[in-house]
Amino acid sequence: MTVLVGYVPTSLGEATLRAGVAESRRRSEPLLVVNMSRDDVLVDAHRAKSDDLDRVERDVAELGVDVEVMRIERGSDPADALVRVAGEREASVIVIGLRHRSPVGKLIMGSAAQRILLDARCPVLAVKEDTA
Amino acid sequence: MDNFSALLGGFADVITPLNLLFALLGVIVGTAVGVLPGIGPAMTVALLLPITYGLPVEQSLILFGGIFYGGMYGGSTTSILLNTPGESASVVTALEGNKMAKTGRAAQALATSAIGSFIAGTIGTMLIVLVMPQVVSFAISLGSPEFLGIILVAFVGTAAILGSSRVRGFAALLIGLALGLVGTDFVTGQQRLTFGSPFLADNIDVVVIAVGIFAVGEALWVAAHLRRKAATVIPVGRPWLSKADWGRSWKPWLRGTALGFPFGAIPAGGAEIPTFLSYLTERKLSKHPEEFGKGAIEGVAGPEAANNASAAGTMVPLLALGLPTNATAAIILAALMSYGIEPGPLLLTKEPDLVWMLIASLFIGNFFLLVLNLPLAPTWAKLLRIPRPYLYAGILFFASMGAYAVQGQPFDLFLLLALGLLGFAMRRFGLPVLPLIVGAILGPLFEKHLRRSLQGTGGDASGLIGGPVSWVCYGIVLVVLLWPLIARLRRVVDRGVDGTGGSGTGGFGPSGTDGSGTADLQDGPYVADGESSPDDRGRDLHDSTFGSSSPAPTRKEPES
Repeated sequence: MTVLVGYVPTSLGEATLRAGVAESRRRSEPLLVVNMSRDDVLVDAHRAKSDDLDRVERDVAELGVDVEVMRIERGSDPADALVRVAGEREASVIVIGLRHRSPVGKLIMGSAAQRILLDARCPVLAVKEDTA
Repeated sequence: MDNFSALLGGFADVITPLNLLFALLGVIVGTAVGVLPGIGPAMTVALLLPITYGLPVEQSLILFGGIFYGGMYGGSTTSILLNTPGESASVVTALEGNKMAKTGRAAQALATSAIGSFIAGTIGTMLIVLVMPQVVSFAISLGSPEFLGIILVAFVGTAAILGSSRVRGFAALLIGLALGLVGTDFVTGQQRLTFGSPFLADNIDVVVIAVGIFAVGEALWVAAHLRRKAATVIPVGRPWLSKADWGRSWKPWLRGTALGFPFGAIPAGGAEIPTFLSYLTERKLSKHPEEFGKGAIEGVAGPEAANNASAAGTMVPLLALGLPTNATAAIILAALMSYGIEPGPLLLTKEPDLVWMLIASLFIGNFFLLVLNLPLAPTWAKLLRIPRPYLYAGILFFASMGAYAVQGQPFDLFLLLALGLLGFAMRRFGLPVLPLIVGAILGPLFEKHLRRSLQGTGGDASGLIGGPVSWVCYGIVLVVLLWPLIARLRRVVDRGVDGTGGSGTGGFGPSGTDGSGTADLQDGPYVADGESSPDDRGRDLHDSTFGSSSPAPTRKEPES
């Protein structure tokens, strides 16, 4: 059993990570940090650089949490990838970030967070930027 | 001075709200497609061609001119931020530009490229005003035999000089000529290559050819091949230049302009060769040679000026002779023809208002581009986040709509698909696309001049060899064709002299193929396939590190 964190290199991502660490301690389960970037775009704002991921791994390990960092670079659906990894690793909880979206944004783009909330087989912890 | 008053008249014509709006639209669309790798101004103009049938010819030309210039600006953004040239003309910019971005100087690289493009574009457009009427007054005396020679130079030039190998270039040209032949012979009324189909009797529309090869071919290619890891975003501030950067940039801008313009103006010159030459020049002349390879601003300023100047240079043969020197110009030419305007030396006398208005709109578009690009570069970079499926679905939609709109025949859609498959196969086997387009557009014109020259002398072949102009043209054709042989002979002679087998005479880089006798011209710098798939090359750039010594067939690292 693991705690799975969907990590993005933004302040929301850091908040998610903090919540994930707390959750991992509470459940005393190892932490799995996943960063997903799509392969059908030229630039993905959600892609974390490798030194960024190294830093995440180091910081979390320093907090005394058993951590693994995973980077997914194939596929075009972050929600699907995250839910799939959660199933493979039998995650006990998925921690994701959630943010407000503009009406136009809602119209054009689907929500990865919503898909994870609906599709995941395990409980999902949604973190908001200002609360964490 | 006559030209300048005519130009002022052009300005007066162009400054109406609607025309300015079209110029703005053109540069916005042009920048956008320039930013996106694999989608160039040629494809865009081809896609928009059927849509602009409803517009007056002036406005659609203003639109296309804006797209053409805008593509040159936009290409540099991706080169700098992603090391993925959006345009083949921006390949060289990636060398230093991306290094600058990686060392946190993306803003300066973008600024020098935008300002350099503006200066080169303005000087280049000014040069059009000065040079083009002179070329026209010379060209107006030329007859069919001379034009035959000039078109032949364009054919041989595009086929032999551009592209990774001559065989591929000529194969592509042949396909283009064959496509241009389909239809009814205009002299005898005979059906040619129509296979008895009434749909083919009326020639294949250039729009269908261009859209099929550029848009559908590219979409199929991307669908079949392109899956690559996304890149991380390089943060860009507002582009600006320090005083030192200005001091280091202005000379390369001017030198790049001087290199780019003439190359744009000659058939088969294109923008790739002058950008590369400009890079080599700056590297040699730089006071900071140690910075080259680590992000020297001169290496961005020079090539960026060169590619815009060459875009301006392209307009000279296009307007003066009706001769396209790159794919976008070829499509613009097709657009002119579709309005019933015959391009050629008479264009300036028959449609002076149109020509001067187009040139004036280029000045204005250039100014818009500076205003749009300098503060908005980070916004343009956001376009790269569009998922490819969305993008190509849109392109295919426009492609099918455009092909259908030409004649309203479902047959054209099948033709479009067949040509798309052809375009895909050409990308797969490394055939350059430009010779095909040039062949398809200039082929019928070539035939017309050929028939006319022959009719003039009653079928005697001596009619083909007119005055000194055509002698010079045939001379150039011969030299280009025989160049591999000459190069090999020279190498044999060299070897005889020094006895050791000197490698590559005058090659640009590690040619390494000294014994095989391939032509030096073939593996020239960055001369691969016009605008066919910069994305493909972009991937090369992306994956391999510069300065590595692995010799790639179509790409050479500069060696000082």
